[in-house]
Amino acid sequence: MRKTIALSYLSVVLLGPLAMLFWRIWAEGLGKAWTAITEPDTLHAFRLTIEITAIAVPLNTIFGIVVGLAIVRRRFPGKGLVNAFVDLPLALSPVVVGLSLFLLYGRTGWIHLGHVQILFALPAMVLATVFVSVPYVAREVIPTLREVGDEQEQAAHTLGASGWQTFWRITLPSIRWAIIYGVVVTTARCLGEYGAVAVVSGSISGRTETATLRVQNYYENLDQSGAYGVSLVLGLIAIVVLVVMTLLKPKEGTA
Amino acid sequence: MTTFLTVIVALPIAALVWASRADGVSGFWYWIRQPEPVAALKLTLVVALLVALTNAVFGTLIAWVLVRDEFPGKRLVNAVIDLPFALPTIVAGLLVLALYGPDSPVHVHAAFTRAAIYLVLLFVTLPFVVRTVQPVLHELDTQMEEAARSLGARELVVFTRIVLPSILPGILSGVAMAFARAVGEIGSIVILSGNRPFHTEVASVWILNQTQSGNGTGAAALATLLLAISFLVLLGVGGLRWLATRHERA
Repeated sequence: MRKTIALSYLSVVLLGPLAMLFWRIWAEGLGKAWTAITEPDTLHAFRLTIEITAIAVPLNTIFGIVVGLAIVRRRFPGKGLVNAFVDLPLALSPVVVGLSLFLLYGRTGWIHLGHVQILFALPAMVLATVFVSVPYVAREVIPTLREVGDEQEQAAHTLGASGWQTFWRITLPSIRWAIIYGVVVTTARCLGEYGAVAVVSGSISGRTETATLRVQNYYENLDQSGAYGVSLVLGLIAIVVLVVMTLLKPKEGTA
Repeated sequence: MTTFLTVIVALPIAALVWASRADGVSGFWYWIRQPEPVAALKLTLVVALLVALTNAVFGTLIAWVLVRDEFPGKRLVNAVIDLPFALPTIVAGLLVLALYGPDSPVHVHAAFTRAAIYLVLLFVTLPFVVRTVQPVLHELDTQMEEAARSLGARELVVFTRIVLPSILPGILSGVAMAFARAVGEIGSIVILSGNRPFHTEVASVWILNQTQSGNGTGAAALATLLLAISFLVLLGVGGLRWLATRHERA
């Protein structure tokens, strides 16, 4: 009984819509979807999305490890505040993120870098994407660091290892799966970012339009096969991400 | 580390709060009392609350089924739960529109209604409660439940007296995160709600529209309010975490 209710709910809310991804592509015709995917502006949108992701993910990976170590292993003033700011993007609307950047780097904003165009260009889109994906590596690293404890690190220290040696030989290997899991989730978040980038990019086709903005563009121009074509690519990436997440996850809760 | 956090997160937030009171405190109040943003915020909060409550019930049920029941395809279902975290939200919006929109194969036409907003938010918030409750349920010792049953307790009593107290902090923090997510969601809503003022326009869409039409102060006023809600939710979740680990610390 409860099994039936749970699975029915999942079908209505999640599995049904997911099935539409393939159903609609089938109905629209794979050929038309392919034409849309290989259009120069669409290819540019994918390239731009990949570029932004390639900058945001390494930044947040390093930051996530550093901030995770600081929160778990150190005591410092303002720790509660740091913790709150790391979590904030999880609870904050991406539009609010975009608007904040818009106000900070806009005409009346506080920051201007001479002739370097920030808004409606790559820098603002990168800043927006980095902002929204700040928490994911940190949130995976923190509980793992707590769980492994610091006994091995202290032992290494007692035996004369330097801080770097301890980090590379002891700490990093013990949290590597958490980092990889965090990187996968961060990547998915960056590829799918819409709200914050929508505010700061100006969405000009062939210039500042990312893959998700491309979907909206196709949809608003009543090009269904275009919208579903780009969505299919994004959806397939999401499914790959999901498979990797499942493989990486420890067996707890699934057995 | 602090520099990164300041430049990336804190400075933009400060600029937002600063801009919201660019026309003085009265300017802030003026904008958050205008009928259109008030209607948008009210709709957002009511729908988010409904979504959070729905997740409390069905998220817990799904977690329960995934931990306690056996059925073919269970591993696959368990994996698919995380899909909304991996899928771009605008794609989620498009898919819900495809199933419950004008060309619906199941003949449900909910596009551009409040019901569509509710449905798509259920999609994007699905994992929160399931993933906070599942590990707690998994570690729960079933001996207490069996003891209660052998002493004659009915199933409902077993659940409310024995299981629920242990999983309640998990449910609540999942619900809080789902609520925050629903309040701030934009990507999945923007193409399927129609964004009609006073009807299907949510707070984040109003902010986006105002920003694009040059009303930075109005947008900043409502955005500051959403920011305050986010901080409150995080504070609540922090409090719950503190309560849940109370016994470990003692």
